[in-house]
Amino acid sequence: MNAAAAQIENLDRSSEALPLLSVRSVSKAYGARIGCTEVNFDIWPGEVLAIVGESGSGKTTLLNCISTRLEPTSGTIAYRMRDGEMRDLYQLGEAERRFLLRTDWGFVHQNPADGLRMTVSAGANVGERLMAVGHRHYGELRATATDWLGRVEIGADRIDDQPRAFSGGMRQRLQIARNLVTAPRLVFMDEPTGGLDVSVQARLLDLVRGLVNELGLSVIIVTHDLAVARLLSHRMLVMKDGRVVEHGLTDRLLDDPQAPYTQLLVSSILQV
Amino acid sequence: MTAHPQTSGYNFAYLDEQTKRMIRRAILKAIAIPGYQVPFASREMPMPYGWGTGGVQVTAAILGPRDVLKVIDQGADDTTNAVSIRKFFERVAGVETTTRTADATIIQTRHRIPEAPLREGQVLVYQVPIPEPLRFLEPRETETRKMHALEEYGLMHVKLYEDIARNGHIATTYAYPVKIEGRYVMDPSPTPKFDNPKMHMSEALQLFGAGREKRIYALPPYTDVVSLDFEDHPFEVQRFDRPCALCGAEQVYLDEVVLDDRGGRMFVCSDTDHCESRQAQGLRGELSGEAAQ
Repeated sequence: MNAAAAQIENLDRSSEALPLLSVRSVSKAYGARIGCTEVNFDIWPGEVLAIVGESGSGKTTLLNCISTRLEPTSGTIAYRMRDGEMRDLYQLGEAERRFLLRTDWGFVHQNPADGLRMTVSAGANVGERLMAVGHRHYGELRATATDWLGRVEIGADRIDDQPRAFSGGMRQRLQIARNLVTAPRLVFMDEPTGGLDVSVQARLLDLVRGLVNELGLSVIIVTHDLAVARLLSHRMLVMKDGRVVEHGLTDRLLDDPQAPYTQLLVSSILQV
Repeated sequence: MTAHPQTSGYNFAYLDEQTKRMIRRAILKAIAIPGYQVPFASREMPMPYGWGTGGVQVTAAILGPRDVLKVIDQGADDTTNAVSIRKFFERVAGVETTTRTADATIIQTRHRIPEAPLREGQVLVYQVPIPEPLRFLEPRETETRKMHALEEYGLMHVKLYEDIARNGHIATTYAYPVKIEGRYVMDPSPTPKFDNPKMHMSEALQLFGAGREKRIYALPPYTDVVSLDFEDHPFEVQRFDRPCALCGAEQVYLDEVVLDDRGGRMFVCSDTDHCESRQAQGLRGELSGEAAQ
């Protein structure tokens, strides 16, 4: 049975011969200090990868490098475009890169105020990406916005309210809707549950897990919370002092940590 | 009249020749790239910012001794701003001035386009307070420049979307954003959107000067100007349900004038020259008898 499953997986892999994103020896130095160094990994379509580690371990630097928000000092990052071609992200023109960022990619910030337009209504926040790629029909934009608000459990009667009037959890869900409306293939999340209380966090994680399965998204999620990684991710990357200390399937890595630092991290979780 | 007797102490048209050359270069570049905001080294003018320092500098740079200048403020030739700018150029350039649209070669305007169609050879100079159409949506200048460069104009429609969501229709009535030749989005200065269609394929050259913000932009004659809208909420101009009370003109932009403290009011042409020339032709509105008394 297991052999059959592995065979099917292999078949899937061969049809998707290339990874969605391929990171090769990426380093970022801030002067003499190291942000992250010699990072290598691939991410495949439909896969959720968690980057974990303590504060200052280079998680966010790495995420910013991959999402073209911060140019790495060395290394290459290749992305498989919709036409199937692998392209080096930092060889793309700025226009192409920005287009990628607002169509094929999503970026969910830790603080929703960074990712939302706080002074325009929820509906316009969701519709902005669509308008940016040329949608010019108000009725359709509004219908799409209503649909997406529903999918992230925001009432349709809140469509004309500004995010300022929303709670933290609602803002975060609105930010997710705003990013997913153009059907991106890859979504970056930087501590999406930071600053939310545990019950809101649980609902948000449930929602994200549902959407990821439903839409077949690839997600790179940065978190310091191992529980979040356990719930959402298929694979994990553990970082310390800018280096990847361990890399593997989430369940294997959490149940049988190999690197001393990962063992420390796993044993540091408080048991209730 | 000898050369410029009343201009002694000033160079012709107030600005020195080097400054005029600098402004003309900016104007030429602006004409070459319709709708693009060209930075220029705006000078201090003997009037406060917001009174048309940008328009005055553009006018001074293109003015020649044989030009005939008309200045309007909200369509009127006789309001403070229009009168003082007209007097300014009479004094420092000694040029002929007029209130008649048809006679003028240069028309400096604050927020209206004359009702009478402009013809080839005329230049319309706009006074612009804030040249950046994206400013209230995106406060960073670095970012708005990048958005213009990369043609990222989705944000402009976000504003129109908000209008419809709040008011049921596009409630922007002035400074209504336009797209030039399918490329740059431009703020037509705070003219009422009623005047937007007049910019499209205009025979006259249109120059825009923003003194405080140090930007010049332009529309060469016969330029394609499209007002932004949604497919199901198309662009519309204001409509008035009555003609001008003095000259009976329809399909023109009207000003509301309060007559008394009992709710009496009248609607008259905002373009005073248009109204007066119609009255001179013997055309009358419903209140023209009373107004004459």
